[in-house]
Amino acid sequence: MTTRIDRRFAALKQEGRAALVTFTMAGDPDYDTSLAIANALPKAGADVIELGMPFTDPMADGPAIQAAGVRALKGGQRMTKTLALVREFRKSDDATPIVLMGYYNPIYIYGVDRFLVDAKAAGVDGLIVVDLPPEEDEELCLPTLKAGLNFIRLATPTTDDKRLPAVLSNTSGFVYYVSITGITGAAAPDAGKVSAAVARIKRHTKLPVAVGFGVRTAEQARAIAENADGVVVGSALVDALRASLDKDGKAGPGAVKAVTSLVSALADGVRSGRRVAAE
Amino acid sequence: MTAPQPNSFRTGPDERGHFGIYGGRFVAETLMPLILDLERAYAAAKADPKFQQEMDGHLTNYVGRPSPLYYAERLTQHCGGAKIYFKREELNHTGAHKVNNVLGQIMLALRMGKTRIIAETGAGMHGVATATLCAKFGLPCIVYMGAVDVERQKPNVLRMKMLGAEVRAVESGSKTLKDAMNEALRDWVTNVSDTFYCIGTVAGPHPYPAMVRDFQCVIGRETREQMQKAEGRLPDSLIACIGGGSNAMGLFHPFLDDRAIEIYGVEAAGHGLPSGQHAASIAGGKPGVLHGNRTYLLMNGDGQIEEAHSISAGLDYPGIGPEHAWLNDMGRVKFLSATDDEAVAAFQLCSKLEGIIPALEPAHALARVFDLAPQKPKDHLMVVNLSGRGDKDLDSVAAFLESKRR
Repeated sequence: MTTRIDRRFAALKQEGRAALVTFTMAGDPDYDTSLAIANALPKAGADVIELGMPFTDPMADGPAIQAAGVRALKGGQRMTKTLALVREFRKSDDATPIVLMGYYNPIYIYGVDRFLVDAKAAGVDGLIVVDLPPEEDEELCLPTLKAGLNFIRLATPTTDDKRLPAVLSNTSGFVYYVSITGITGAAAPDAGKVSAAVARIKRHTKLPVAVGFGVRTAEQARAIAENADGVVVGSALVDALRASLDKDGKAGPGAVKAVTSLVSALADGVRSGRRVAAE
Repeated sequence: MTAPQPNSFRTGPDERGHFGIYGGRFVAETLMPLILDLERAYAAAKADPKFQQEMDGHLTNYVGRPSPLYYAERLTQHCGGAKIYFKREELNHTGAHKVNNVLGQIMLALRMGKTRIIAETGAGMHGVATATLCAKFGLPCIVYMGAVDVERQKPNVLRMKMLGAEVRAVESGSKTLKDAMNEALRDWVTNVSDTFYCIGTVAGPHPYPAMVRDFQCVIGRETREQMQKAEGRLPDSLIACIGGGSNAMGLFHPFLDDRAIEIYGVEAAGHGLPSGQHAASIAGGKPGVLHGNRTYLLMNGDGQIEEAHSISAGLDYPGIGPEHAWLNDMGRVKFLSATDDEAVAAFQLCSKLEGIIPALEPAHALARVFDLAPQKPKDHLMVVNLSGRGDKDLDSVAAFLESKRR
């Protein structure tokens, strides 16, 4: 079985470049704006789209993504609307992979089985659920794989060689390497350390490795893309959107452009990071 | 409620931290190796008689244990039924039961070579206990406290600062205990190598619920001995307030397999359960996943956590320890609730009848004692966990009474 994620990474490998993975929050600051942003992302240079499922208590997120979640919830975002957003997106794009990212409780309350059926029908390709380590695989990871979706796991600087096989065992699609010990949007990662970590993970898996947390600029994206198979940017995009909102937090006509111009710059960075056809 | 009862209620959790469907380890991967380390270190300390010996020494000479089991004679006469005893946890150093757990965790942190302590706090009692033991053992201490709680528990903020701790007011979310816990988790995920997270209640990822329970069980163990000495037998009922539930678990756990003993947990009903403005996770919530464990949570239909409400900052949390959730489903502990009004009335009555100003948290338990005790015969022995003293609450109670007069 292959998913859009598998196909996209395979195609990029042929091209000899890394993927730009973008994170934006579904419903931030309202449903229509976040849909318009999602629709504009592929053309701006996003290769994989991560959509945040807002949650009141995002314990692994920094202030930027916390605030995006608050705006989305205030704007009336719900799980059903996040799935509707993916369905809408799929009407015009059947190739760009979509990964839903968030925390377990909203999925648990929606109902795991029902969620997987609805997510798959909507056109979701994979899930990243921050608070589900391999120790809790029976909750959602195994049912997700069974449903034919990818379950993308986070590996972190604290995941040592002994633990890495457990983390990778039920991972599919790609591995998301968290470049720092910290929350999203915090310190900038050290490119040297990241490249060593990516090499370490690649010794354990054939899956593509994408790197995120703390990547904000085209230059950082370029440096990471030299070694990684993907670069994830989230807080910087969410911040760009926030800066375009009016004083009441409402989106104006510049909202989509605020995000896509940064995405274009980041895409240029990622594309200049490599490299003739990989191995 | 109808599930078959296990042979023992005291064997949990399983090796993965589950009490039935509750508990678990729902944390980010960054923290997972840390909580596995903690689990190993705690298991080793638990098996080390020297660790226990040293802890007992500090419990005696620093905390002031054992805390008395006190016959509340005038309260008993007032209720006209059960013979009421207070387990006087408010007489511990720092004025609440919290210190029992913090002592254990700080000793474990030292054993693990950790050099920086973080904690979350609601009413400030856990923060004060953590700041106190960090001062005693010479460790830097950072306490996360919701901005709303910083405002309503000022005396405790001053105490923590006097003890050398840094208090960080948390402005995110509802600015209360759950947000303080989020922020502490964010700190931990950032400072993984040197930091020990000292959780204040029987919640969070495994092994915290079991570890905090073990450290608090000194309450129930002493109560068994003291009641034997005072009355020649075990009590007939136990009652304690429940936010996360550490004082209650500490009292209840050593008695769980004495099945004739009635056990009551009292949640905070705030403005009343029908108002939706409360902190009663069992009465008004359902099972979900937050802060590393599955348990009863207050949330909306979309899985978004709702803000709790209680006049008592220490009970103002939208969840409850996972072992309590399981004991509820097993029917072993009966969960009741008390409103702000009832708690404040009990606060006043206990002060006047016994010369003991209870914290608002155990005042919730006292509120239910006032209905339960009169229904019991005079030879019924009832133990209330008087988990903290009320000095910190005088401003809140005065303001509450003032607003009622208007």
